[in-house]
Amino acid sequence: MPKLRKEDLEQIAQRMKKAMSLREGAGRAKITVHMGTCGISAGARKIVSAVMHCLEESGAQDVIVTTSGCAGLCSREPMMTVELSGQAPVKYVDLDEAKVKRVFDEHVIGGVIVAEFALARGSEQTL
Amino acid sequence: MKSHRAHVMLCAGTGCVSNGSFEVKAALEKELAERDLQDEIAVVMTGCNGFCAQGPVMVVQPGEVFYQLLGTKDIPHLVEEHFLKGRPVERLMYRPPVDKIPVPRMSDIGFFKKQRLIALRNRGLIDPEKIDEYIARGGYQGLSKALTEMTPESIVEEVTKSGLRGRGGAGFPTGRKWASAAKHASDEKYIICNADEGDPGAFMDRSIIEGDPHAVIEGMTIAGRAVGAHAGWVYIRTEYPIAMERLNLAISQARDYGLLGADILGSGFDFDIHVFRGAGAFVCGESSALRASIQGDPPEPSAKHIHATERGLFQKPTVLNNVETLANVPEIILRGGEWFAGIGTEGSKGTKVFALVGNVNNTGLVEVPMGTTLREIIFDIGGGMEKGKEFKAVQTGGPSGGCIPASLLDLPVDFDRLTEVGSMMGSGGMIVMDEDTCMVDVARYFLDFLRDESCGKCTACREGVDAMYQIVSRICNGHGCEGDIELLEDLGETIKDTALCGLGTSAPNPVLSTIAYFRQEYETHISERRCPAGVCKALITYSIDAEKCNGCTLCAKNCPENAISGDKKEVHTIDQSKCIKCGICRDVCRREAVLVQ
Repeated sequence: MPKLRKEDLEQIAQRMKKAMSLREGAGRAKITVHMGTCGISAGARKIVSAVMHCLEESGAQDVIVTTSGCAGLCSREPMMTVELSGQAPVKYVDLDEAKVKRVFDEHVIGGVIVAEFALARGSEQTL
Repeated sequence: MKSHRAHVMLCAGTGCVSNGSFEVKAALEKELAERDLQDEIAVVMTGCNGFCAQGPVMVVQPGEVFYQLLGTKDIPHLVEEHFLKGRPVERLMYRPPVDKIPVPRMSDIGFFKKQRLIALRNRGLIDPEKIDEYIARGGYQGLSKALTEMTPESIVEEVTKSGLRGRGGAGFPTGRKWASAAKHASDEKYIICNADEGDPGAFMDRSIIEGDPHAVIEGMTIAGRAVGAHAGWVYIRTEYPIAMERLNLAISQARDYGLLGADILGSGFDFDIHVFRGAGAFVCGESSALRASIQGDPPEPSAKHIHATERGLFQKPTVLNNVETLANVPEIILRGGEWFAGIGTEGSKGTKVFALVGNVNNTGLVEVPMGTTLREIIFDIGGGMEKGKEFKAVQTGGPSGGCIPASLLDLPVDFDRLTEVGSMMGSGGMIVMDEDTCMVDVARYFLDFLRDESCGKCTACREGVDAMYQIVSRICNGHGCEGDIELLEDLGETIKDTALCGLGTSAPNPVLSTIAYFRQEYETHISERRCPAGVCKALITYSIDAEKCNGCTLCAKNCPENAISGDKKEVHTIDQSKCIKCGICRDVCRREAVLVQ
């Protein structure tokens, strides 16, 4: 094992940043895949895998992927919600792996909403 | 590194491990694999999370969802609901004692909300067995700064400026200790880390080493650079197997990275650390006895006419610091002494880690800024008294400390305030006691511990503490005489003045402080032959309240001595000649019909 130099400490920290920012809950973007029974039967597991694949490919360090229950619109599953920090969440419907790839590249990374797959901007009002 | 979408930070501190966290880990991994989630969800074993009362605990990141009291049977449901479907499981969340509404996020739980972590900065955030994770959280940056941007003098100056005082008991200013060792020229100097945590109920140092061993290694190496030492020892007790294992692993990882050994970070500075296993004698926590133990001599304290910083281990200048003290050092160097001095009170800077135990709801490990009041620690963080009982006293500072009564609950906790009220900071043990605690019995417990652990070198401690124990035992057994309290005070003061080491001079504290604040209780034991808390067996009798007893026979069935008789649905009675006063009848009675007097 080569002995570390001052700069190497910084490099290790950079390499570990993804894991660490996950633990500290800091993310620029959050992707929520809806995994109710309806979502899972419509193929939401594949959507999660596709998202994880995109994430790995892009090397993005600040994107949080999570799952949640049924979004209430079972007929349009699989669905996912993309939320860039400081912006309203956007719900995408009728997804497949190719659509996920486009949403990831254009919206999550590029910051431009893919209007043709989007259902609506925003969420229901709660309470 | 493979990317996961969530990290399960599962506590592998000693408390949670003994409650089965490794079994939970195995069940989690099995269940994740069954649902093909193993590449998406990572299970990370961390050091002590602090909330030991609720162990095994885990925190799911991102989202900071806190789960407690986990068992293997909870895991399949948890994995399906939370990790597959994204629905956090309320049943496994923390519920505060009062309103019982589950709290999902860790930082919203009272126990965590008021804490400020410096020594425990990586608690629950890293796997202590992976050096890269420590580095990713800014680890070894303090050392890098100390070696490449600072002179030894400026390191000492920074630590002095921080106002850091020793966390092991005496509270000696760390900067002054380092400056003294730096000033004495010698071919060799040593750094010792005192991890011989011996106070009953204390587990601060243990948890720091278990959860973040590199913080201690980094602190020691910085100390070495500051005073010109090239070798260090960690004196750790054999009773801490997990801590020792992780420390040894951390040392070998640091050596592999060249963060220990020759030419650290290419700076030309050499430093290495040895681990010395102590056999767990309380006296070995005393600095001169600890050094004797490393040297292979009988572990007895010696007189300190010459400071260890001039002639210590093997007659060479030696700095001995406690685990928590050293864990603070890297942050002080990285952020500057002024930053640290901005936290805490005038005479006590920074934070302090406490092991909060006893009759309090949230037992565990807490770190708070100096100056936080006892009330905040016990009621806000600790969640108040168990079973809604009345608070009676809190014992701080371990066997050498004292008991503080309810009238002083608003006392800000720092070195000087605790000493003023007859207790001490000690290493940070905090034992909370409720109304059912007999203060004379508490004094007896600590004296029994101390007379057992006294090394026997000086007469004051060897004979004096034992004499005090005999008197207090006599009082508990109903044979106290007029004048015993005064005799205890006299003996206590004499031992304070004449014992050789710090353990001896502080040994009378539990008795003197309980007499000072609970004198009435001693007097009742002596003059009325009564134990008001109903603890001292010789002074109590159990009886059954005929009004309340409905003859359920539960007490009679559970009595180990068959001392209770009575027919079904008839009032029961206790045969005093058979009763051993174990209290089981009182515990099992559902109608509070068993009385203690």
